[in-house]
Amino acid sequence: MRFFEYESRRIVEMAGIPVTQYGFCTTAAEARKAAEEIGGSVVIKSQVLTGGRMKAGGVKFADSPDQAEKLAGEILELEINGQMPRGVLVDPKAEVAQEYYAGVVWDGTRKRPLMLFSDMGGIDIEEVAEKHPDHVGRGHVSNLLPVSDFQAKDVVAQTGVTGSELNRATPILARLARLFAERDMTLAEINPLARLEDGSFVALDAHMEMEDEAKERQKALLDELGIASDDTREPYEPSEFERRVRAIDAADHRGVIQGRDHGFHGNLGLVIGAGGGSLTLTDAVRSQGGKPANYSEIGGNPSVAKARGLAREVLLKDGVEKIAVMMSIVSNTRVDIVARGVIKACLELERDPAETISIFRVPGAWEEEGARILERYGVEYCNRSVSMWEAARRAVEKVP
Amino acid sequence: MSILLTKDTTFIVQGITGREAVNLTRECLDYGAKIVGGVTPGRKGRDVHGVPVFDTVAQVVEANGPVPDGSVVTVPPAFTRDAVFEAIEAGVKLIVVVTERIPRRDVAAMVELAEMRGARVIGPNCLGVIVPDACKMGGIGGPARDAAKAYTPGPVGVMSRSGGMTTEISSTLTAAGLGQSTAVSIGGDAIIGSTYAELMPLFEADDETEAIVIYTEPGGRMEAQLAEWVADNDSSLPIVAFMAGRFMDDEEMKGMSFGHAGTIVEGEEDTAAQKIARLQAAGIPVVERIDEIPDAVKEKLGARV
Repeated sequence: MRFFEYESRRIVEMAGIPVTQYGFCTTAAEARKAAEEIGGSVVIKSQVLTGGRMKAGGVKFADSPDQAEKLAGEILELEINGQMPRGVLVDPKAEVAQEYYAGVVWDGTRKRPLMLFSDMGGIDIEEVAEKHPDHVGRGHVSNLLPVSDFQAKDVVAQTGVTGSELNRATPILARLARLFAERDMTLAEINPLARLEDGSFVALDAHMEMEDEAKERQKALLDELGIASDDTREPYEPSEFERRVRAIDAADHRGVIQGRDHGFHGNLGLVIGAGGGSLTLTDAVRSQGGKPANYSEIGGNPSVAKARGLAREVLLKDGVEKIAVMMSIVSNTRVDIVARGVIKACLELERDPAETISIFRVPGAWEEEGARILERYGVEYCNRSVSMWEAARRAVEKVP
Repeated sequence: MSILLTKDTTFIVQGITGREAVNLTRECLDYGAKIVGGVTPGRKGRDVHGVPVFDTVAQVVEANGPVPDGSVVTVPPAFTRDAVFEAIEAGVKLIVVVTERIPRRDVAAMVELAEMRGARVIGPNCLGVIVPDACKMGGIGGPARDAAKAYTPGPVGVMSRSGGMTTEISSTLTAAGLGQSTAVSIGGDAIIGSTYAELMPLFEADDETEAIVIYTEPGGRMEAQLAEWVADNDSSLPIVAFMAGRFMDDEEMKGMSFGHAGTIVEGEEDTAAQKIARLQAAGIPVVERIDEIPDAVKEKLGARV
């Protein structure tokens, strides 16, 4: 999950990294008050979970509390990349001598966290790495041993930074690497990390992303930041379909269903068994000219009610003409249970299963029993001798 | 031969009394696997399908005599790191981690300890390894009779980020008369114990393996790493790839992951299109359909002879 800048700054601050005296505000009046407290010029920054704020007009400078109030009011109303801001951050305008970059990311190939440092901050690190590779320092850290300061020092020194700058930047990068591990981050960036005119270092912006799988054990942090458990931070607002499928899944611990329709606008509803099969079959439908109405997964050992719930939600989606139910070989999901659930959903919606289900590919556990049920209702089905591609083709043909 | 397992491989199941683990134990035993013990803390003295249950891995070792060759770990995510550490420190050299939803930091720590101790981790979020007609370690292929339908001995090594698709692909190969030397469900997470490139030297050293089939997805650098490995090692083992999740390249799908946690696209390099280009540049054909795999393999095998 991605954190807003105001949360990321708090996380950085808790790790002992200096930040400016910023204020998070949700109204223009609060922004005025924050600007008054700060005194002098301030920066007002939109709090959205997307990049490109500056370009979109989501970052503005104000010289007085009056102006801060006015600009904050405007920014609070400004949608950026489809998102309305959570609030604004009011930050003192810092007297910056130089900008740096400090970051920690996962190196999936080496399977270790990678510390990054650059003396060219304020711009995208990928861009610096490409155009000025000698200005980027790198160093891996262990997953078993604690991060030592010297490791961070090595990385900073690689960029040629020395003197008191080296000694001030080193603990910041080391602390960032420690917080990355302790807080289960997948990305921890301070950009820019600024050296002020007085020589002190301060984080002027921070970008943190935490692994979803770690939410439970990071509950104390999320509570501290006031993040509710239903604040999922999806890159988009979940649709009615997505919310309902999620609720059906959560209501029963047996089996797992997933349904998503963001970016899908077609007329063929999909009910598909498990991860890799779902990716493969969604591609197979699209490659053959089909228009999927959704993406879905059904796995584990779901109840009939759960299979029914998923099929029902897919059938109820606007524009869905028929559904295709396709299982990959030996997903351990019982085919007969899926068949029962899907047929039940059809009947409840007064749809003829034989007409509504374009194809049912049955390979999997209890497939013979599943086939018997499908036969009873006249549903077209096929076994493993029909490839996923071929099954998808048959489904597509029925929904021009 | 085969890689990772033979018919003589002994292993344990950690978390053996869990519902899924009980099924998995049954399936493996039916397939002829030598499961020498199980571990669930607090359940010592019970048995699961005749396999004795212990509180600790050390107790299994003590009762068994030699250290078992492997362990299948299927405990809840919060306890997996500890369970894997326990197995590694007891001297177990092959750890198959079935559990999903384990934070990356824990996975990376397991892998690092395994490296230090000369052990290997497969997974997490995987179904395990199968050597047709010899041994099955994990839920791969499902019940023994289903596994026997899908998998037959032969010359093709299979590696897949999807557990289910490992079987779908192997079944397709089997139907075309191409058996498998070893099939490995490597796991669907962003960080896994053994990547394609890390398993390639084993396949390369295996007499029986004459070709490799991989199932790939968007997200991560694993395919790029394989392409680099092939270029750097002048490998003669032909590889055929299948790429699922091409639809994820659509603009509207940006920032989302589908199917497996590891499919999250974090950079331009991780997209399906980029991966396909990379693999093809390394001489690895990427087919669009599962049912095209057997012919692509036969073509490669023919070219090799």
